[in-house]
Amino acid sequence: MSKTYYDPADLRNFGKITDWSEELGEKFFDYYGKVFEEGALSAREKSLIALAVAHVVKCPYCIDAYTQDGLQRGITKEEMMEAVHAGAAIESGATLVHGVQMMKKYDKLSH
Amino acid sequence: MATKSLKKQNNKLALANKQLEVLSSGIFENGELPTFIDKISKTNNFPLRPKKLEILQLNLGYMCNQVCEHCHVDAGPDRKEIMTIETMQQCLEVIKTTGAHTLDLTGGAPEMNPNFRWFVEEASKAGVKDFIVRSNLTIIRANKKYYDLPDFFKKHNVHVVSSMPHWTRGKTDKQRGEGVFDKSIKALQELNERGYGMPDSDLRLDLVYNPSGAFLPSDQASMEKDFKKALHEDFNIQFHNLFAITNLPIARFLDYLIASENYEDYMYNLVNAYNPAAVQNVMCRNTISVSWDGWLYDCDFNQMLELKVASKVKHISNYNEEVLNDRNIIVSQHCYGCTAGAGSSCQGSVA
Repeated sequence: MSKTYYDPADLRNFGKITDWSEELGEKFFDYYGKVFEEGALSAREKSLIALAVAHVVKCPYCIDAYTQDGLQRGITKEEMMEAVHAGAAIESGATLVHGVQMMKKYDKLSH
Repeated sequence: MATKSLKKQNNKLALANKQLEVLSSGIFENGELPTFIDKISKTNNFPLRPKKLEILQLNLGYMCNQVCEHCHVDAGPDRKEIMTIETMQQCLEVIKTTGAHTLDLTGGAPEMNPNFRWFVEEASKAGVKDFIVRSNLTIIRANKKYYDLPDFFKKHNVHVVSSMPHWTRGKTDKQRGEGVFDKSIKALQELNERGYGMPDSDLRLDLVYNPSGAFLPSDQASMEKDFKKALHEDFNIQFHNLFAITNLPIARFLDYLIASENYEDYMYNLVNAYNPAAVQNVMCRNTISVSWDGWLYDCDFNQMLELKVASKVKHISNYNEEVLNDRNIIVSQHCYGCTAGAGSSCQGSVA
């Protein structure tokens, strides 16, 4: 087997992080579960937000998990891709808005 | 999309013992995941015992006009196993005396059995309270000789339960075959025209949703809302209830899981979603499944795995409800499919 940093099977064992720190692990999973419950936002909407964020933070485990979660919820591939674009737009916007800093610095340094 | 059954392809997964072997090896053999017996023992549900018999489910044959990717029966046009009129007569004798309130006809496409209509007429005379035919919908549009099925169903007050994997054409056709979506829509409209599925109608029309891939179904009530909205807005179609059914890892769905390298993750998902509350109401506890050749099983899935009931009474010819009800239900790892999340049965969620 080739050595890689990521092993898809690790996702199944996510819950085991609690083994080495029960209190913090449990607090995290309680919080996590609560976040994704139906609330002012629907669980479906939160699933799409999670999918977008998963791409922005480039977490392969989260991408696997929330693609599957979306399928289970009947979310269409068009909706999923639009969510990914929403994340990508914010991420590229975050890069591009720094262009203003570059422009200001350029102008300041130029004669 | 396959056009032949696993059996016709000589695929080893057409054999029940090969499927059982897969389900007992690997992650279940090395202890990575608990076996179903271990799991239900921990919640004090082993051995699993029947409750009052409510549903008699008859499989009229494995022949079908479709070759769906997920089919647990491995049904298709090339399957020749069909219930004979002699076996049907034996079933009728049982229907007359059974304590079950529901008669559930399934297949394959039960309508393709040459004696289907005769049998429905005879069985309806026996006066069962709820008389279900599991229709794949496209059969109604498959050939002229089936065009009158909606009228025939209405005449005998048959409760129609139909598969409809999604309200979009793409997902439906991917799972069930090219053109299935359009034919299904047409069939549903014809059923609606006869009063089936209308809000206050006694002519029951329910739909079955099962996921088109290696994932579990979502909440049945919210899916029903989505299906109702989409089918009504797009096609003016109405129906009563949606049954969300989990795909069980047997036959063609098992073949798909293995070929797509989803098998282990899928089993993990099923095991992690184990719900002891669902065990209370799994369908094997209130159902007897009869195969095309008259053998008795705890459920349609056990039928496909050739796991006959653990009872002295094993065949419709010497049916005895009292003796049958005093049995232990046979389980294996495929049973995790019925106990995941809100549970799954031929009537949808159970918990």
